[in-house]
Amino acid sequence: MSHDLLVAGEARPMDPETARTRRSLGRVRGKNRSAWVVYAVRALLVVAWLASWEIAARTIIDPFFYSKPSAIWDKLVVWFEDGTSHGSIWSNMAVTLEEAVLGFLIGTLAGVVLGVILGRSRFLADVLAPFIKGANAIPRIVLASLFVIWFGLGMSSKVATAFVLVFFAVFFNAFQGAREVDKVLVDNARILGASRWDLMRTIVLPSATSWILASMHVAFGFALIGAVVGEVVGADKGMGLLINQAQGNFDAAGIYAGMVVVTVLALVAEWLITRLENRLTAWRPPSGSQAAGI
Amino acid sequence: MTPLTPPAISLRSATKRFATRSGAPFTAITDVTLDVAAGEFVTIVGPTGCGKSTTLSLVSGLEPASAGTVEVHGRPVTAIPEGIGYMFQTDAVLPWKNVLDNVALGLRYHKVAKEEAHSKARDWIQRVGLGGFEDRYPHQLSGGMRKRVAMAQSLIGEPSILLLDEPFGALDVQTREHMQDELLELWSGTGAAVVFITHDLTEAISLADRVVVMTAGPGTVKDAVQIELPRPRKVEEIRLTPEFTEIYRNVWNSLREEVEITRARGAANVA
Repeated sequence: MSHDLLVAGEARPMDPETARTRRSLGRVRGKNRSAWVVYAVRALLVVAWLASWEIAARTIIDPFFYSKPSAIWDKLVVWFEDGTSHGSIWSNMAVTLEEAVLGFLIGTLAGVVLGVILGRSRFLADVLAPFIKGANAIPRIVLASLFVIWFGLGMSSKVATAFVLVFFAVFFNAFQGAREVDKVLVDNARILGASRWDLMRTIVLPSATSWILASMHVAFGFALIGAVVGEVVGADKGMGLLINQAQGNFDAAGIYAGMVVVTVLALVAEWLITRLENRLTAWRPPSGSQAAGI
Repeated sequence: MTPLTPPAISLRSATKRFATRSGAPFTAITDVTLDVAAGEFVTIVGPTGCGKSTTLSLVSGLEPASAGTVEVHGRPVTAIPEGIGYMFQTDAVLPWKNVLDNVALGLRYHKVAKEEAHSKARDWIQRVGLGGFEDRYPHQLSGGMRKRVAMAQSLIGEPSILLLDEPFGALDVQTREHMQDELLELWSGTGAAVVFITHDLTEAISLADRVVVMTAGPGTVKDAVQIELPRPRKVEEIRLTPEFTEIYRNVWNSLREEVEITRARGAANVA
């Protein structure tokens, strides 16, 4: 980092002639400086976006429908300081998060187990392929309504919704990962005396890990969507309920505030999953794409 | 070789056919008959695509023979026989395990306790000259070092039969000769039967007790040449002797025809 600062400190204006001849060099040297520029431009974009929204809401557009950043901020302050109509904001966040995490864990586990088994068994894969494709084609978000009837307004109906969304995302990746295991690695392990279970544990699962981890980023997003949609459909607590209630009261700021809270939850979860991924794939050579990953 | 003890490896008219995408069977090897005694070092040479690797996969039990018999220590091969070591042409070390765990892998599969497996693995890592690299992952090693890991991984189980499929093909010449010497050193005195596949005739002759020449595919045994060079050998030195040159000329004469057939086919395919 100190190096970045040094180079940034050295940047000074120069005449156009030198600038032209140095342009190609600048590509390399500019890399250190560009991190700061990127952050600054990002911050600028956010400020410009919020400011233009705020100004537009005070002049042209109707804040009743479109709300405005200051109103959303006020709403958030009220939620965090005075609580919501359904208890403290923290308890609502905890409920949504618990549903999402449970759905995510069960869905991931089921997806990995079934994906790996089907990936290694041609026969099972052939038999079950049409059913899985069919199930995947169902607009699964609609199942949330069904689950509320089945499991009631409590937590289990949201966990079920999150589960069906997570399962397929993870399943297809685990399936593909288990299929693409290097045959030489499998042969080598068999020669060394690996049992079927050893093969699964020491060859197939680690091989499929990068595929599975890649799907987990998407999957946690799905889990949150499942939990929130489940709550919007019918719940007695949670962020989705707050959003649904705000909608009932024509409170656009409340809907936005709920979105902001859920977004922050998703970003924190994403950060945790990336850390887990880096830990589990420490054996891999560092690659450029990982650093630039979004 | 007394008639009472069966040879370590015995192939009788072994044939292997694969189903291809178009449905027509493809014959990889046909009517291969070959015996390898315990403690014998056999190298197999042959033109590209003549089924050398297929022969090994039959012996190792990875693939069943379509016709003929394959026996290891006098017992027909139905599954992977006990006491087989196999070094593959491409990297077969696990990229997510470090050197120590890679070398200990076979022992761990055989339910050897972790401490014991690790201490044995450490010993083998020393023997293949990788001491100090126990904690490295394969991607942190050079190609030659990865081959050493693979060698230790195969040898730690003290196999009575060692199958090597062009193990040093991807290495540069200096590293390759060094590895050849080390292989001979590690093998000498173990009494293991070795089948070593290579494209490189020099390598084949300098390592072997017997060089087997295979025909252009579908491959079968064309010739077997006994190599009466004294052991222990130093591969860099032995290839400079007049005896070596003489043997080389004989084997090459036999191999050349097959290589030319394969080349003519290749040219026809390209045209």
